[in-house]
Amino acid sequence: MDRRNFIKKSVQAGFAAGIASSFGNYSHLFADQLAPGKPDLVAIKGGQPDVMFDKAIQYLGGMKSFIKKGQLVVIKPNIGWDVSPEGGANTNPLLINRIIKHCLDAGAKDVYVFDHTCDNWNRCYTNSGIEKAVKDAGGKLVPANSESYFHEIKLERARNLTNAKIHELILNSDVFINVPVLKEHGSAGLTICMKNLMGAVWDRRFWHGNGLHQCIADFPTYRKPDLNIVDAYYVMKRNGPRGTSKDDLVEMKSQIISTDIVAADTAAAKLFGINPDTISYIKMADELKVGTKDLNKLSIKRIIM
Amino acid sequence: MKLSRLRSLRIFISLFSFISISLLFLDFYNLIPVSVLNCILYLQFVPSLFKFVNIISISAAGFLFILLLTFLFGRVYCSSICPLGILQDFISRISKRINRKKYYLKIKDYKGIKYSFLAFTIISIFTGSIFFVALLDPFGNFGRIFSNLFKPILILLNNFATAGLEKLNYFLLYPVELKNFSIVTFIITLMIFLLIFFFSYNKGRLFCNTVCPVGTLLGLISKLSLYKVSIDEEKCNSCNLCTKACKSGCIDKKNKEVDFSRCVACYNCFDVCQTGGVIYKNSLIKKPRLNEEKFDSKRRELISKTFIYFIGFTGIPFAQEKIIPKKENKIPVLKKSYSSPPGSKNIEHFTSTCTGCHLCVSSCPTQVLKPSLFEYGILGILQPYMDYKTGFCNFECTICAQVCPSGAILPLSLENKKLTQIGKVKFIKENCIVEIENTECGACSEHCPTKAVKMIPYKNLHLPEVKEEYCIGCGACEFACPTKPYKAIYVEGNPIHLTAKKIPEEKLEEKINYKEDFPF
Repeated sequence: MDRRNFIKKSVQAGFAAGIASSFGNYSHLFADQLAPGKPDLVAIKGGQPDVMFDKAIQYLGGMKSFIKKGQLVVIKPNIGWDVSPEGGANTNPLLINRIIKHCLDAGAKDVYVFDHTCDNWNRCYTNSGIEKAVKDAGGKLVPANSESYFHEIKLERARNLTNAKIHELILNSDVFINVPVLKEHGSAGLTICMKNLMGAVWDRRFWHGNGLHQCIADFPTYRKPDLNIVDAYYVMKRNGPRGTSKDDLVEMKSQIISTDIVAADTAAAKLFGINPDTISYIKMADELKVGTKDLNKLSIKRIIM
Repeated sequence: MKLSRLRSLRIFISLFSFISISLLFLDFYNLIPVSVLNCILYLQFVPSLFKFVNIISISAAGFLFILLLTFLFGRVYCSSICPLGILQDFISRISKRINRKKYYLKIKDYKGIKYSFLAFTIISIFTGSIFFVALLDPFGNFGRIFSNLFKPILILLNNFATAGLEKLNYFLLYPVELKNFSIVTFIITLMIFLLIFFFSYNKGRLFCNTVCPVGTLLGLISKLSLYKVSIDEEKCNSCNLCTKACKSGCIDKKNKEVDFSRCVACYNCFDVCQTGGVIYKNSLIKKPRLNEEKFDSKRRELISKTFIYFIGFTGIPFAQEKIIPKKENKIPVLKKSYSSPPGSKNIEHFTSTCTGCHLCVSSCPTQVLKPSLFEYGILGILQPYMDYKTGFCNFECTICAQVCPSGAILPLSLENKKLTQIGKVKFIKENCIVEIENTECGACSEHCPTKAVKMIPYKNLHLPEVKEEYCIGCGACEFACPTKPYKAIYVEGNPIHLTAKKIPEEKLEEKINYKEDFPF
């Protein structure tokens, strides 16, 4: 049984066993609101990042539908910058903390968190608040500052990024959860799910030098995250991806969750207020059949808190 | 207090100094808080002196305390506080362990050499070059030995240990990449270390009494000390134990005299003397014999000639310029000036105050600070510069300014640092990926913390646009730029640091209706 089948089966099994009984500490509150079918994408707004996640993940069957007991989980947030949580340059630590707790409640053996940062990694990990969030939740924050963590792989289906050195946690973990933050980006247009995976490789300069958009679309042809959670609580509307001050942010208090990385990016772009078709990598990824940018094909659960 | 106890006290203090200062240079995890660091380094003579000249403040007055101590008890600094001195004691100890019969007896006083070194040092300071101070300062040398020789070894061990622990699923340690390692610095430091090793292995504190300008200066002062180590001719039974125990070889057993200007106050003699024949004598009570030195006309000539010789050196920094050959159709990056760290005001101040101890190099979290070769001219060798090939200056960080013990990098607030322009961004469009490959890139703008580099629409793509007035010269753009062999964007150093402007931007006013439906 491959991983994809396994996930499908376990989702079905989860439903069969009765969803309500499988929820962790945070989710039983909302058990009565559950829809019977499972949506492809959940969008939620109006709450705190952690509370929104508690609610939204139930519609996908809770973390138990993604994690089997004893599995290794890797979470890849955006921790690229030495900026405090209010700066909106990194994924919200509240959200990371809550996701880890859900993973552990679902029976994960270990939950690892890493990012290959742009600023000095130590300062990024600490000042983003992620270090504390991971420790408090019982996860393991792993460095990605040394080439020795990255291993060469071939990307068979890629157009430009045919070889890359990928962090060993992506290669070795059973479940891969991508947790980007929605931001404006000078050359990529927006940085969301697919752009966030640039922090999973060692040589980012190659991407910049060899067709940035194509490389962004190429990466998920190797391994797609099992779950994408877009943090759109503080959204950097200009001067991204680092930001110059809090003045660049808009408090959108939203979150988008999907197993389809292209759909998540498309929805997030619309939420941001940009036509997704103007972002080349979304189109390219759709062409590579990484996922779909046609949201009409998907069943979407929209929640306003 | 019994005099023989002084030795134990000296050993206790010296071990504390040595271990704490060593840890500062080996602390590649940056665990030691800066406030603790500043306390530990307060008494280091040369850095404190230079810092005091720059910021006349009690916080930099450690050297005055050392001078006072020397006036009272002689060169206590050399055995208890100077880390390089203590390091030499370790080496001598190893040597004595290997050859138990080894002792120095009386070592010759190389007056000509030691006063020449001191004169060179002082003259070079007044001619505007710190070259000799940086080369000879014991603290600087200690720092270089630890950060360039010992730290890399420790990092290597750390990385092995990390790999081992991670196999067992423990993430206590993390690997460290040594990005600012310079092989030239390594070799120069190794040579100096071997020289010091040779001296101390064979002749105890000969380096301190011949080469070290601090030792010589404090030696001159200790000629006037209130208390001096002397031999009580009546109690002394000429057993020779003190001569054998003396680190400096400064006890003349024949005449029962101690050359106190070379005594490093290690108090070994008090400890070994069985008869109480070695004493700390108050020089006011009985006037010591005056050492009547005649002026030596040859020495005067030597000093004046070297003075003229070294004035010539001061012109060298201006003659240097790095030239990279032109290649293909790409335009080479020709920097007229490199950047000195924020807080150093201007390159002249920096290069005339930095003693090259490399504490900032050791502490810099991004390793953008690297010992220079010719970036500041030949006399500025080993003084750190900003090397944007290996890293860039973290926007939120002022650690180098906080740790600098000599005042070459003066303290500045984070707010000021974020507007201190150490260089200006330059863009070479013809080298840029967007222009050459016709594809998006934006690595420079992505990394820019002030948005002095912004992507603007260009042929369906985005091209960097630079605004120098907003640039602080952190080098993030230059570091991130993926073009080869030459960068398309780089920082031209400001010889005198300026103040950057802040981008004038209003707060985004966007009303969000949280009850409104999603746009999809």
